[in-house]
Amino acid sequence: MDYFIELLFSGLTRGSIYALIALGYTMVYGIIGLINFAHGEIYMIGAFTAFIVATVLSIYGFPLLAIVVVAGVAATVWSSAYGYTIEKIAYKPLRHAPRLSPLISAIGMSIFLQNYVLLAQTSDFLPFPELIPEFAFMEPVAHIVGSSDLVILVTTTIIMLILTFVIKFTRIGKAMRATAQDRTMAMLVGINVNNIISATFIIGSALAAIGGLLIASHIGQINFYIGFIAGIKAFTAAVLGGIGSIPGAVLGSLILGLTESFATGYISSDYEDVFAFSLLVLILIFKPSGLLGKAETQKV
Amino acid sequence: MLKLENVQAGYGNIIAIKDINLEINEGEIITLIGANGAGKSTTLMTISGVISARAGRILFKNEPIEKKPSDEIVKLGICQVPEGRHIFPQLSVQENLDMGAFLRKDKANIKKDLQYVFDLFPILAQRKNQEGGTLSGGEQQMLAMSRALMARPQLLLLDEPSMGLAPLVIKQIFEIIKQINTENNTTIFLVEQNANQALHIADRGYVIENGKITLSGPANELLENSDIQKAYLGI
Ligand SMILES: Nc1ncnc2c1ncn2[C@@H]1O[C@H](COP(=O)(O)OP(=O)(O)OP(=O)(O)O)[C@@H](O)[C@H]1O
Ligand SMILES: [Mg+2]
Repeated sequence: MDYFIELLFSGLTRGSIYALIALGYTMVYGIIGLINFAHGEIYMIGAFTAFIVATVLSIYGFPLLAIVVVAGVAATVWSSAYGYTIEKIAYKPLRHAPRLSPLISAIGMSIFLQNYVLLAQTSDFLPFPELIPEFAFMEPVAHIVGSSDLVILVTTTIIMLILTFVIKFTRIGKAMRATAQDRTMAMLVGINVNNIISATFIIGSALAAIGGLLIASHIGQINFYIGFIAGIKAFTAAVLGGIGSIPGAVLGSLILGLTESFATGYISSDYEDVFAFSLLVLILIFKPSGLLGKAETQKV
Repeated sequence: MLKLENVQAGYGNIIAIKDINLEINEGEIITLIGANGAGKSTTLMTISGVISARAGRILFKNEPIEKKPSDEIVKLGICQVPEGRHIFPQLSVQENLDMGAFLRKDKANIKKDLQYVFDLFPILAQRKNQEGGTLSGGEQQMLAMSRALMARPQLLLLDEPSMGLAPLVIKQIFEIIKQINTENNTTIFLVEQNANQALHIADRGYVIENGKITLSGPANELLENSDIQKAYLGI
């Protein structure tokens, strides 16, 4: 039973990190119908920014809480700046081009950013400072649920609640939904669609950066390639849940995280990715639009 | 109030409208009639700044607006009910109406205007919480017009508001257009296939063919014009 609960929590932890990244894919897709293949790299850049800031601050002996806050803010701001800039230089000029062009531009952006970080940093795995301490109150259950699992679950839950509130009730959230549903009409009611698209990239990037920070301190190491793997997984989760759907991205991520965790725990860790992608193939055969997606074959 | 001077616009290699000249005075109802593909919707989208004018000038209250982005044009008081209604399908009726007032900050007046459109179309008040996409065609047209009214437009552009509606609903829609014009002094630019009814409520009309204005004049004269009778009135 303990083993089951351990797998359950590790699955939920994984799933919530996927969700933080998957939201960026799904929100951007919802607004401009583009799979932003560079999104995984935004997550990686978030992790690297946090790594650099946290490492420097720990050398100077700052308290842990200060390090976490500063690293978190730096990672979200820096990643958002990247997300914003990528949209402006790689996608916006191609907004009226055939659908394939921005997709290729996205793949190019992804490769560029990977190699840029590879050259600027190193191809080796770098040790990520431990930002989440083992809490004393968690000790009785520490063999089942780690403190960092708890922090990740609580943080992502809070972020999801805030995001839901923003999208449902705020002016910018309503404008985002309107733009996603009908861009021409959004323009006709006076929404500055360019600003909304930028805001979507910024929010998605900030979420991915937080995901990068959390997972890096959970696993304890990073390199330039983590964005590619996590990006593919999160993209899978977004498609699983129905790309374009925000609740779908969260649901798909949790299902994917749990599947991976249980399959690795009860069967074999060698086939982790096989399970993930088999699940995707199965769902797409029986429900091509994903679990919560709308039936629509137009966009890609 | 609005003046188009030699306006040209199109899509890719296609020039959809060329050398459009027309003028709309404050308080008027002006109609633009023409066959399918003549360039009516393109003209409206160019005025709204959704499509950019390739040549010519568009003056609103003597100020050039052809280079302005669409949100600034809405801010100036030009609103459009586009062809096909474009209801936000997953927003509720209430949220669709809220989007109409997106640029406004005067909460008290927004509330008044909401009451005004609910009085105009009581069915919308009943359907307040229903998703826009699930309304019937006629209800969607009412919602689309109400959403535009929520912006308190000075100039209202209407693209084929009667399309696909039952004769009785069409009659109601035209009556309300007339009512909006007289009650609020809203200037109206009405694009219609339904030339007969459009000319009956309009002050003046323009005829567009292959992207060019070929005829214009007071509505009652156009109704008598034998070319128009043959081409657009089916007489
Ligand atoms: N998005 C587009 N891309 C390419 N060509 C277009 C596009 N929209 C319209 N056109 C072309 O521009 C011309 C004018 O179209 P427009 O929609 O303005 O006509 P219309 O007068 O509104 O017709 P209708 O009465 O059928 O609505 C047509 O030849 C049409 O094929
Ligand atoms: Mg048209």
